[in-house]
Amino acid sequence: MSHRPYRRQLPTRPAMWTRAVVTASALLLLAACDSGPGPASAGAAAPRSGGTLTFAVGSDAGCVDPQQVGSNDTIYSLRQIVDSLTDQDPATGKVVPWLASSWDISPDATTFTFHLRPGVTFSDGTPVNAQAVKDNFDAALKLGAKATLAIGYLSGYAGTTVVDELTAAVRFHRPNAQFLQATSTFSLGLVSESSLRKTPDQRCAEGVVGSGPFVLSKYVANQSITLQRRSGYEWGSSLWKKTGEAYLDTVVFTVIPESGVRSGSLQSGQVDAIGSVGLADESALKGSGVHLQARANPGVVFNLGLNNSRPLLRDPAVRRAILLAIDRRQIADTVFPTTSKPATSILASTTPYYTNLSAQVRFDATEAKSALDGDGWRPGDDGIRVKDGSRLTLTVDWFANAATNQPSLELIQQQLKAVGVEITLRELPIAQVTQVQQSGDFDVLWGNLTRADPDILRTLYSTRLANTYRLPASTLDAVLDDQAATADTVKRQQLVTQAQQLIAQNAYAIPVVELTTELGVARDVRDLGFEASSRIQLHDTWKS
Amino acid sequence: MRRYLLRRLGQAVAVLWAAYTATFLILDALPGDPVSAMAGAGLDQAPVDPTQLAALKKEYGFDKPLILQYVEYLGRAVRGDFGNSVATGRPVTATIAEALPQTLALTAAAAVLAVLFGTGLAVLATYPRHRFLRQLLMSLPGLGVSLPTFWIGLMLVQLLSFRVHLFPAFGNDGLRGLVLPAVTLAVPTGAQLAQVLAKSLSTTLDEPYIQTARAKGAGPLRVHIGHALRNAGLPALTMLGLVVGNLLAGSVVVESVFSRNGIGRATVGAVTVQDIPVVQGVVVLGATAFILANLVVDLIYPLLDPRIVVATDRRTPA
Repeated sequence: MSHRPYRRQLPTRPAMWTRAVVTASALLLLAACDSGPGPASAGAAAPRSGGTLTFAVGSDAGCVDPQQVGSNDTIYSLRQIVDSLTDQDPATGKVVPWLASSWDISPDATTFTFHLRPGVTFSDGTPVNAQAVKDNFDAALKLGAKATLAIGYLSGYAGTTVVDELTAAVRFHRPNAQFLQATSTFSLGLVSESSLRKTPDQRCAEGVVGSGPFVLSKYVANQSITLQRRSGYEWGSSLWKKTGEAYLDTVVFTVIPESGVRSGSLQSGQVDAIGSVGLADESALKGSGVHLQARANPGVVFNLGLNNSRPLLRDPAVRRAILLAIDRRQIADTVFPTTSKPATSILASTTPYYTNLSAQVRFDATEAKSALDGDGWRPGDDGIRVKDGSRLTLTVDWFANAATNQPSLELIQQQLKAVGVEITLRELPIAQVTQVQQSGDFDVLWGNLTRADPDILRTLYSTRLANTYRLPASTLDAVLDDQAATADTVKRQQLVTQAQQLIAQNAYAIPVVELTTELGVARDVRDLGFEASSRIQLHDTWKS
Repeated sequence: MRRYLLRRLGQAVAVLWAAYTATFLILDALPGDPVSAMAGAGLDQAPVDPTQLAALKKEYGFDKPLILQYVEYLGRAVRGDFGNSVATGRPVTATIAEALPQTLALTAAAAVLAVLFGTGLAVLATYPRHRFLRQLLMSLPGLGVSLPTFWIGLMLVQLLSFRVHLFPAFGNDGLRGLVLPAVTLAVPTGAQLAQVLAKSLSTTLDEPYIQTARAKGAGPLRVHIGHALRNAGLPALTMLGLVVGNLLAGSVVVESVFSRNGIGRATVGAVTVQDIPVVQGVVVLGATAFILANLVVDLIYPLLDPRIVVATDRRTPA
């Protein structure tokens, strides 16, 4: 499922309904079909160039500028048209060369000097040089709230110095260790000067000129994004298997909002791959020999984001009881794609510097109950606990931006009820998210945040920043600041582990389940790989 | 006649203004705002900088008092400028112009199919002498009306696209891509038409002039189609305005099921993120279509029924 935060697909109630109808009918109709051979084993044939890949996604963000959008469904395509200074190895989390062949980071993590690879051009022929790097970062800041991700990465930006044609030094007012990983993201992918001169709205509507292995050739709102191979491309990421140009001639990302129609189109060969596969689609797809490919999204897992300033939630015993009362395995197994994992920390297991804290983030209803008993919460007539006349009842706000939200929360509701905590679910319109966050008028917010760097913890939980969850100032702040100020991986690991432990021990937020992105891929499509943020990279992809 | 048309025009303007204003007020009353939705900000748990959000609101003029915003919007709308989409930055007129042809093709094809299917079913259902057969056929329109559009669509896709590869399951391309969506959209509308027409046909068939025609030796088919249908068509014709509304509303579902880029899809997207300018544009478009359809009905009516005169005085029919 594509569950990147911004402007993404909105599975509606009819969507769930139709999914049920389609699945039921598909089961009936396909019962007679032969199951076909299993997933193809890669490497059987030699890769070959050419062909068109059709990839069905669920939504269109209405904008084709990778610096401005955040929706998975749109990033799948736009990631292919821009290159980044660095790339991140999905296996190790390590940041490796791409457009920058090397870099130096000042010991206090405030200056990042990139040494660019020579001979790289944008698809309009202009060079990718130090000036282009400077102009991109300078311009990104001006996008303001339209580029929430990019400006977050550039927080504290002091400017870029063009040292020479191929050397750019990016400076920050404060230590900003996460910036190195940020340069590997699509949000800071480089675009040409001609694109930078356009207004943000023009960039959205017309797209941008990048230096990537594919070029945007056509965009029809709500319908499709078409990419063509960039000829003469020879500056791929150091992670890619193939050097030079991409294999595929053309990639068409077509928008199919109904999940049942997406699966059916893949099974009937009308498309080559689909995004946003859900648990309900899996059995039919597996039966038809489609290869299912899944990876947990790095970043902050789906969690109950507690408002730590609410009277009930200021009580550590209550927060701890909630942490212990949740049977994460049950939620992962019944709601999410098959390979989804229960959360074992506030960070997902695919995030660099993740630490397994399953000893703390665990399910123990008995202990949850005794924690509440010990804190003076006694079960009332209806089983919901009461203390000093107040009832242990909380409202969880959620947004219909993922089909898994409601079923997950309904399970959580039952699980918490079993220990005497009452949960009311309140669905809010997406346009209201920011308002709720900023007003602080909520008990609990449900959600996640994809980011392949642990600095996301500082973004969410430092009381020195937005502090959406109204945490009290504590040693956590210093730990989060320190991890942002060190480029030393060993030291950073210690600090990030400590931060995860502090969040788990104090139960500032309740980790529940890792978001897993699952794709359905036809048998003849090879080497369609996930990059470090669980979006896709198509340079190496080919059709047999 | 001229005065009649002028009056209708005045009414049309009033309806458009009312629709525009009501939408504006409703959108404003909704919690949340379009700029936050666009900043995308915060979906899930990413916090957004309040200062930057405020700057964006200012840029789009959402910081002004409501009445000023309204006057400004309305003033431009009168001149045919609906502003830019908050979500995409593109002019609303361009967004609509891009989506409209697909929706027109879909609704026109569906309207033709619905009339053919509705009339055919009504005639069939009233023609047989056999009572049981007649009742069986009479129950079909009710079934057609009550089937959910998306269910019909998904069944058609399942059978004629996924199982038998006759038609594409998604997209706007060509005539082949139009067949399944048009049929899907035509079923409920045609069934509704059939319901009204069949009822009025059975009533008409009891009229004395039908007896007269029969007595004069006209064959049953000629009586049925030549005499009865023509007169029974009037009540069905008054439904045309309703049909246009139905088709536009139905296109929201059909365009989603068949992944077609059209007005329906644009509307859903715009409403979700409270993209006020686009929603306003679509509302005005829908209201115009509705007004035109009703005007056409009123003008055609006298042609079919000479007893009705488009009065130039105060008493206007319909």
